[in-house]
Amino acid sequence: MRDSFIEAVCERMDENKNIFFVTADCGAPALDKLKEDFSDRFINVGIAEQNLINVAAGLALEGCVVYAYAIAPFLTMRAYEQIRQNLSIASQVRPVNVNLIGVGAGMSYVVSGPTHHCFEDIAIMRLMPNMTVFSPSDWKLAADFAGYTIHKSGPKYLRFDGKTLPLIYKDTDNIVLENGFYKLLNGDKVCIISTGYMTHKALKVASEFQNVGVIDVFILKPLNEKLLFEAIKNYRHIITVEETFINNGGLDCLVSKVIRDNRPNIGFDNLGISDKHIFELGNRDYLHKLNGLDEENIKEIIWENNW
Amino acid sequence: MKPEILDFLTKKALWVRRETIKIHGIAPETRLASSLSDVEIFVSLYYGKILNFNPKKPKWLGRDRFIISKAHGAISLYPILADFGFFEKSELTRVCQKGSFLGGIPDTQISGFETVNGALGHGLGVACGSAIVLKSKGLKVFVLMGDGELFEGAVWEAVMFAFQHKLGNLVLIIDNNKISMLDYCKNIINLDPLEKKFQAFGWKAVVVDGHNIDKLANSLKDLKADNSDYPKVLIANTVKGKGVSQLENDVLCHVKSLNKEEIARAMEELK
Repeated sequence: MRDSFIEAVCERMDENKNIFFVTADCGAPALDKLKEDFSDRFINVGIAEQNLINVAAGLALEGCVVYAYAIAPFLTMRAYEQIRQNLSIASQVRPVNVNLIGVGAGMSYVVSGPTHHCFEDIAIMRLMPNMTVFSPSDWKLAADFAGYTIHKSGPKYLRFDGKTLPLIYKDTDNIVLENGFYKLLNGDKVCIISTGYMTHKALKVASEFQNVGVIDVFILKPLNEKLLFEAIKNYRHIITVEETFINNGGLDCLVSKVIRDNRPNIGFDNLGISDKHIFELGNRDYLHKLNGLDEENIKEIIWENNW
Repeated sequence: MKPEILDFLTKKALWVRRETIKIHGIAPETRLASSLSDVEIFVSLYYGKILNFNPKKPKWLGRDRFIISKAHGAISLYPILADFGFFEKSELTRVCQKGSFLGGIPDTQISGFETVNGALGHGLGVACGSAIVLKSKGLKVFVLMGDGELFEGAVWEAVMFAFQHKLGNLVLIIDNNKISMLDYCKNIINLDPLEKKFQAFGWKAVVVDGHNIDKLANSLKDLKADNSDYPKVLIANTVKGKGVSQLENDVLCHVKSLNKEEIARAMEELK
């Protein structure tokens, strides 16, 4: 999804001379072409995420549309204060169109250990006023978002998975990006709500049932709470699945607030990473199993509530 | 510099110091000592006609950018901006009061300030981004930082970046008042030899007495006119709390607020 997004940006750089692409020494096949075609608007700041944000902010203050690319945990956490001061606060007073491309959401860099896992980003980026948080589940949705980033001012965090994922959205014509989510499967009693990589797992689990709904949340801020409630109000039970720390501001908190504010008797389970870092090694499915994000566990919750 | 111009600028500096102390009397939370060491820098830039600006159109695209990274020390810029008409002079009497837009740390909601400030070490990197865009337009980007601010690691990311990208339109001014919050900088992290450090990073470095308006204004003028690719730094040697002996002699002056009696004494000194 990273490359499809960069390709979509690259296409727009030809006609829009105000677009800059800045990277903290992170590459991508699609970036090679961008670098070659637009060398005067491609900047590699080196492994310096703080300066990445500051330089991006300076470019944006001069009216440029800026894409700032780094590894997700380092982008969001190493440079958190720069994002706060020069993007979140500044954009409340002056136009600042900086789009943060964080690659390596959740467990993307599975064997690189807890420094490269990114379980905090949804919560900490949602926390900041004026921020948009985008978490696509496939490359088509990611590419569609490129046009949105140019025309909607303000800082945005784009949370991309580090692995190549299969297509979910064959056709995005019917998707209204501003709605922030899409009902992939209509269900009866139980609905799985997921974001990013986990939407693939949610669909796989739901395919084994006839009546389990799946909602893919791709904009975690701003969230159209009213619309989301309309989508889930008739379910008996909701399960959120995400590769982030749960109970601390992620997708689960967002959904549980919608439930609490509107119909508190909807049943709710939130699956994700509990309050500890993961040192264990293995593939993504293995780490999911260790943390209750495996298919069997999701199915068990469905069986308990699908009656 | 012609004597009458020097006299004009000297009188302005005195006026700015007195106005700054008056503001401190209204808003004791303001950082007075930090705002007194850079008075001649502000006076030279604005009254010395170094900066291009338009108070009627503060965001005029043809202006030079002036990013004040050590914004806690820019209370002394309030009277100057009011004097030029960026906002009403009456606003100076309600700094930090209910309904005022002039806070203890100025930011971009105030006409004349470019960036959000407060956390240190950000301004130079932001200035680098601006300088990239403005270089081809022949516009300059000035940045003011304190010497204690150089402790922030992000500053050095930007220092290296500016040289790499040949940001010759970038002029960094260091208010080298040699005192941080709790101690002399040399006792915390010794920054010497500062000039050589910047030279080693590829910058053109100039050292000047930061209270000598004649030399300061001329140095700034020369650096602005220098169109070489080297980023430039002016190390202005200053005295923290300059002009107020109660502050000048106190290593903890950064956090010191003057009471009414002390303010009266300071005003007596500045006549």
